[in-house]
Amino acid sequence: MKGPNPRKFLLVLTPTPLSALSGIALLVLILLAVFAPWVSPYPYDVQNLSIANQAPSALHWFGTDDFGRDVLSRVIFGARTSLSVSLISISLSLFGGVIIGAFCGYLGGWVDRLGMSIVDLTWFFPEILLALLIVAILGPGSESTIIAIAIAYLAQFTRLTRTQIITLKRQTFVEASLSMGAGPLHIMMRRLLPNAIAPVIVVAMLSTGNAILLEATLGFFGMGAQPPIPSWGGMMSTGSSQLFNAPWVIVWPGIFVALSVIFINLFGDGILRALDVKARMRTQ
Amino acid sequence: MLLSVEDLKIGFGLLEPLVGVDLGVDAGEILGLVGESGSGKSMTAMSIMGMLPLMGGRIKQGRIVFDGLDLTTINEGSYRKLRGGRIALITQNPMTSLDPVVRVGRQIDQASQLHLGLDRKEAKSRTIDLMDRMRIPSPQHAYDLFPHQLSGGLRQRIVIAMALAGDPDLLIADEPTTALDVTVQAQIIQLLVELVRDRGLGLILITHDMGVIAQTCDRVAVMYCGRVVEYGPVARLFDDPRHPYTRALISCIPQLGMAPGTLTGIPGMVPSSQNLPKGCRFHPRCDSVLDNCRLREPPMKTEDGRSVACFLHEGGQR
Repeated sequence: MKGPNPRKFLLVLTPTPLSALSGIALLVLILLAVFAPWVSPYPYDVQNLSIANQAPSALHWFGTDDFGRDVLSRVIFGARTSLSVSLISISLSLFGGVIIGAFCGYLGGWVDRLGMSIVDLTWFFPEILLALLIVAILGPGSESTIIAIAIAYLAQFTRLTRTQIITLKRQTFVEASLSMGAGPLHIMMRRLLPNAIAPVIVVAMLSTGNAILLEATLGFFGMGAQPPIPSWGGMMSTGSSQLFNAPWVIVWPGIFVALSVIFINLFGDGILRALDVKARMRTQ
Repeated sequence: MLLSVEDLKIGFGLLEPLVGVDLGVDAGEILGLVGESGSGKSMTAMSIMGMLPLMGGRIKQGRIVFDGLDLTTINEGSYRKLRGGRIALITQNPMTSLDPVVRVGRQIDQASQLHLGLDRKEAKSRTIDLMDRMRIPSPQHAYDLFPHQLSGGLRQRIVIAMALAGDPDLLIADEPTTALDVTVQAQIIQLLVELVRDRGLGLILITHDMGVIAQTCDRVAVMYCGRVVEYGPVARLFDDPRHPYTRALISCIPQLGMAPGTLTGIPGMVPSSQNLPKGCRFHPRCDSVLDNCRLREPPMKTEDGRSVACFLHEGGQR
């Protein structure tokens, strides 16, 4: 994970030009989201019905929606919602999954069986169904979307961490560490987790793409961020009613959803190669 | 005696991989533990390290006395302080016994931080010092390397440095050279011998190489199927091996100038602990079986400083 030379590490992190480009594109997207109030040409919520449903022009690059709001500004602000919701929910999911998985894998026995049967319950349902179910219980909004996505992806992080820990805890270097007088806490924090975390991070990276899709889907169903706060899914939902007379309202957010998922996947592939310590060891 | 193991018997469920093991090692002395794979050498090491409960086994009988303290009576917490502190283990395979994602220097640091309560800076200077003493070239540079960047011999030196980091009185080296090249083997063994002679450590050297034993050890315990079958000073054991198994092991050492095809092995295999033969455990492979051997297990007889468990030497005659 940490190379002796930081420049070498950056090279390893972006093994192909494609993943490097995707990384840059993602960075731009994130910067756009962070600096949305400064970079967007108009406020996202100012309505002007006299210019409703205008096609893209020099004044409004992406056109305007049925309230006369600037689609470009709403897409930029929508990036804020989509990216933050998916990043926060995946972080929560990752955090919870790693903790539960590490405990179950390390302790084994009844703790493992109990923990895993509860987590596995969430695997009975497709992610979208589970997320809809949870949002239906909690009520629509950004917070419940975050919780729903976090729970929908919890099982995969738990499973992955648990498997990693179970394989690792039988390794000789863990036994060697035990014979050095290391206690369970030391074994867990210093030996097992640092070795287990690389593939988990890659999966988290790739899941962030799926989380953006899931967030957009929930938004499309009207379960996500509530108006007037823009989200890509919500914008597509309103745009769908005028697919034929104002297609730009639904197309632009759609393109951004697709692009961000593609970029995350390509960049995730790069990370996958960069973090695969074992593969690097084989090649040396 | 720095460490004495008395009549040790351990159990994993119904299996008893060690029965009646008696050993002793003094400060500044090397005890060799020799035998084929599966003879219980590593089990003995694990018992002394107190790692049996972590592997699902337990001590059924006997005592392990280290510096006047019976280790079979202390709890896991006190054992953890001893492990890597006053008693350290050098593990079998240097290729797998280092953490692949932690710099080797940090791994040595952690051992001394754990046991000597040093801060990071003190631990680092101690580590560099230890690495230098292990004759690792340019330790300042090597400190920041990862295990996969080092050769097998260097990795084993790191493992030994790790074992020494807690300032142990007793060192257990479980086949420290098995995974290494012959030339590197000699260097590592020499390093261990110097440590014992200079610092007055006690060393238990586990190996299946009778050549290494003859070169380095003061005393030898020959193990077979979880029992010590012969125990005594190294010179006398090699000059006059009493147990047929010891004799067989010695005849397995290849020598230069041997006529091709004359190197002998020991016929048969070590029986598994689920399926031990009745009577003496070695009798199916022994070249001088008596009727008694098939019926009873020979007891350990001690006579002027050496012991053997064989009916051939019941009355002291040959």
